[in-house]
Amino acid sequence: MKILVLIGNVPDTTTKIKFNADKTAFDANGVQWIINPWDELALTRAMELKEAPGSTVETIVVANVGRAETEGTLRKALAIGADKAIRVDADPLDAAYVATQLARFAGEFDLVFAGIEASDYNGNAVGGMLAEMLGINSVSAVSGLNIEGSQVIVNREIDGGSQTLGVSLPLLAIVQKGIAKEPRIPAMRGIMMARTKPLEVLQPVDAQPLTAIRTFEMPQPKAACRKIGEDQAKELIYLLRDEAKVL
Amino acid sequence: MSVLVYIENWDGKFKKISFELASYASSIAASLNVPAVALSLGKVDNSELSKLSVYGISRILNNPDERFNALDNQAIAKAVAQAAQTTGATCVVLAHNNLGKAIAPRLAVKLKAGLVSAVNGLPVSTEPFVVKKMLFTGKAFGHIEMLSAVKVLTLSSNSFGLAEKQVTASVEFFDPEMVDADFHIQIKQTNKVTGKVLLSDADIVVSGGRGMKAAENWAPLEELAALLGAGTSCSRPVSDEGWRPHSEHVGQTGKIIAPNLYFAFGISGAIQHLGGVSSSKVIVAVNKDPDAPIFEAADYGIVGDVAKVLPQFIEAVKEIKS
Ligand SMILES: Cc1cc2nc3c(=O)[nH]c(=O)nc-3n(C[C@H](O)[C@H](O)[C@H](O)COP(=O)(O)OP(=O)(O)OC[C@H]3O[C@@H](n4cnc5c(N)ncnc54)[C@H](O)[C@@H]3O)c2cc1C
Ligand SMILES: Nc1ncnc2c1ncn2[C@@H]1O[C@H](COP(=O)(O)O)[C@@H](O)[C@H]1O
Repeated sequence: MKILVLIGNVPDTTTKIKFNADKTAFDANGVQWIINPWDELALTRAMELKEAPGSTVETIVVANVGRAETEGTLRKALAIGADKAIRVDADPLDAAYVATQLARFAGEFDLVFAGIEASDYNGNAVGGMLAEMLGINSVSAVSGLNIEGSQVIVNREIDGGSQTLGVSLPLLAIVQKGIAKEPRIPAMRGIMMARTKPLEVLQPVDAQPLTAIRTFEMPQPKAACRKIGEDQAKELIYLLRDEAKVL
Repeated sequence: MSVLVYIENWDGKFKKISFELASYASSIAASLNVPAVALSLGKVDNSELSKLSVYGISRILNNPDERFNALDNQAIAKAVAQAAQTTGATCVVLAHNNLGKAIAPRLAVKLKAGLVSAVNGLPVSTEPFVVKKMLFTGKAFGHIEMLSAVKVLTLSSNSFGLAEKQVTASVEFFDPEMVDADFHIQIKQTNKVTGKVLLSDADIVVSGGRGMKAAENWAPLEELAALLGAGTSCSRPVSDEGWRPHSEHVGQTGKIIAPNLYFAFGISGAIQHLGGVSSSKVIVAVNKDPDAPIFEAADYGIVGDVAKVLPQFIEAVKEIKS
């Protein structure tokens, strides 16, 4: 069985977000890039599945649609333990564009992992779009996954609870928190080995984006916090009713 | 032509989020000068369905097939796509919740539509069609132009609100072409949280962080939440410790919420936490550290001990409720 893990390349979660002067482009100056947190957890789960006793997982491939600067992130995924990386050499114009690029080769895999969202543009889109393009099953908000023969047992979150499901392969699992406990950190040996692992670069196919970011804006700065003394705490509840009018 | 909205139900009932979606869809429909059509799948009483007309929905399509209750995104996306095609929808609206997020991308591909998820309120303009959404998990917003003929949107809850606009509505049986093979998933077990306000549907959320010290200290926080009819949430370390369930974790790697009122008890206000709650209309912080970053995001704050403040809040809420 072959597993594909999609890898989003995103700014470190503590990055201070800046834009160019006319607010039409993200300013990537000085930004540290990381594997999108959910993709890192997905890769960790894929590794656990491969290492499990009696596992049928042969290979784990990671893929990204991005320019050469995302290769550091792909190398990190190889260092964590993926066997091979694929990069489609194109700007990730929008989710439909990215999914179209991935659809060229994702159909060769039995199990594909995507994250619930990329932490930069919060699209919530690529995984589901890719599944639809491939015509395969997908389950979203996946917080646990095990392989039992040709069936996959999946835990997912629903609004108001959680469920355990059985689904058949091929499957695209759109994962969230819980899919693995802690993301794996590359070990020294993994980092050395990553240098010799294959990183294939593909040229993009022709596709049109269906959405385009025109401008960015920063949130309105908040007015200063109104402080109330610890002993007057009751007063705050009255303020919420009479001043803020939210009670 | 139409604006189509997919309305989920919970055991045959709608929630506030359903009516917010209906209000939102009819408002977009009005600006495009087309009717607002709602689609409901699974068993829902006619009296419940017709409530949508209070929020401007003039045509309500329903299919009571119980199989839709399995929340299978493939089956539902197929049915919604057929409804969009038969009503000539140029815009399809869904909730930005677990089900909406699962359906929308599949639906967008079927309709060759662009998708923008977690849209904040009404479109900035409809010609060109530009919507506003949160980016970088709350650190910025973007204005996004949708270039396709058909548009699919998921709406951030509480970003539009309710807007009553009573119209006369027809409730029609809708019969999408479905085959057994469309229903793929086999449900082995469902655990429903009962008697609790859904976090995504809550006007008020009461949240606790590591400053609460231990799982057993949550009783007063839960009491306050119950008195206010509020949902409960927590910071990430709290759910990692197992003090609270993972479903309550809010923030960058958890849920993003935007209630009218958010209480943060013993939460430091790390940037990854704020990403999930900064769109709340009013934030109240209680923290013993005067320099905790949560006070920069808060509207009201108390520098103090949660153990001293919580009982006073409970007492005051009891007073105003009586
Ligand atoms: C990639 C990544 C993603 C993350 N995602 C999330 C996320 O989604 N959500 C999230 O919450 N965090 C997230 N985090 C973690 C985040 O960085 C913080 O570590 C976390 O939010 C801190 O939780 P806390 O405020 O409960 O705990 P702490 O930071 O330990 O703060 C506890 C606070 O309680 C106060 N306190 C202590 N005792 C009392 C008392 N008796 N009365 C009043 N106040 C008291 C203290 O002054 C302190 O400010 C993420 C981190 C990373 C690296
Ligand atoms: N440029 C990309 N290359 C590869 N995978 C991606 C890319 N962008 C997003 N993904 C995958 O799709 C998921 C959801 O991203 P998004 O739909 O952009 O929020 C991410 O967690 C990744 O798994």
